[in-house]
Amino acid sequence: MATVIIPTPLRKFTNNTAKIDIHAGTIEETVNELTVNFPDLRKHLLDEKGQIRSFINIFVGESDIRDLQQEKTSVKTDTLISIVPAIAGGNLKI
Amino acid sequence: MISIDSSARELMNKDGLNSFPDECCGFFFGEEDGLGNRKITDVLVVNNAKEGDKRRRFEISAKDYLKGEQYALEKELQFLGVYHSHPNHPAIPSEHDRVAAQPYFSYIIISVLSNQTTHMRSWRLNDSFQFEEEEIDTGIFQNQ
Repeated sequence: MATVIIPTPLRKFTNNTAKIDIHAGTIEETVNELTVNFPDLRKHLLDEKGQIRSFINIFVGESDIRDLQQEKTSVKTDTLISIVPAIAGGNLKI
Repeated sequence: MISIDSSARELMNKDGLNSFPDECCGFFFGEEDGLGNRKITDVLVVNNAKEGDKRRRFEISAKDYLKGEQYALEKELQFLGVYHSHPNHPAIPSEHDRVAAQPYFSYIIISVLSNQTTHMRSWRLNDSFQFEEEEIDTGIFQNQ
């Protein structure tokens, strides 16, 4: 089973669990299983189109999935997956 | 309600002043009671990794974010939120702050003016993804 590390701000949606074991072959399947098991996570991980939100980074080991095969990145039973919120902001209007 | 130890408050204010006219940023840690009241005891200053105009934007790298998670784990503290400064602008979150904000975290904004004065306010996302101000307990910081 791959292990997913949930960041502090999202743990209130996973019953305060920091590490979750998931049966999945890809990041897409991992995210799907997470949102099925913890439905309140969905709006914080995915946008209206069901894509991973731009302010959420997912790492497989130490590699950002944007540098791999995005959601199609494969995961193995010993893969450590980290969800890392992008922390940004500032005074400039968008 | 959020209270801030004087040493933690001093560190954040100093970071805002030292970084002026750029925006500073970092994390803070402490405890939360059963009623949701927070007490900040520790601050971790990190680099503003934004490429481009750091006077109006900040960004924290994934590597530094993970340092924050590690800090909380090692010190057995709760990871409570993020601070940043608004040089020459009020301590009110911008739309960009709101869009990028995470649930649960408190967001402290330090307004830093060119005459070297600072003003601090704290904000938190509600369930509708809108910021609500968190009252900072100023009773124990009467000299601020």
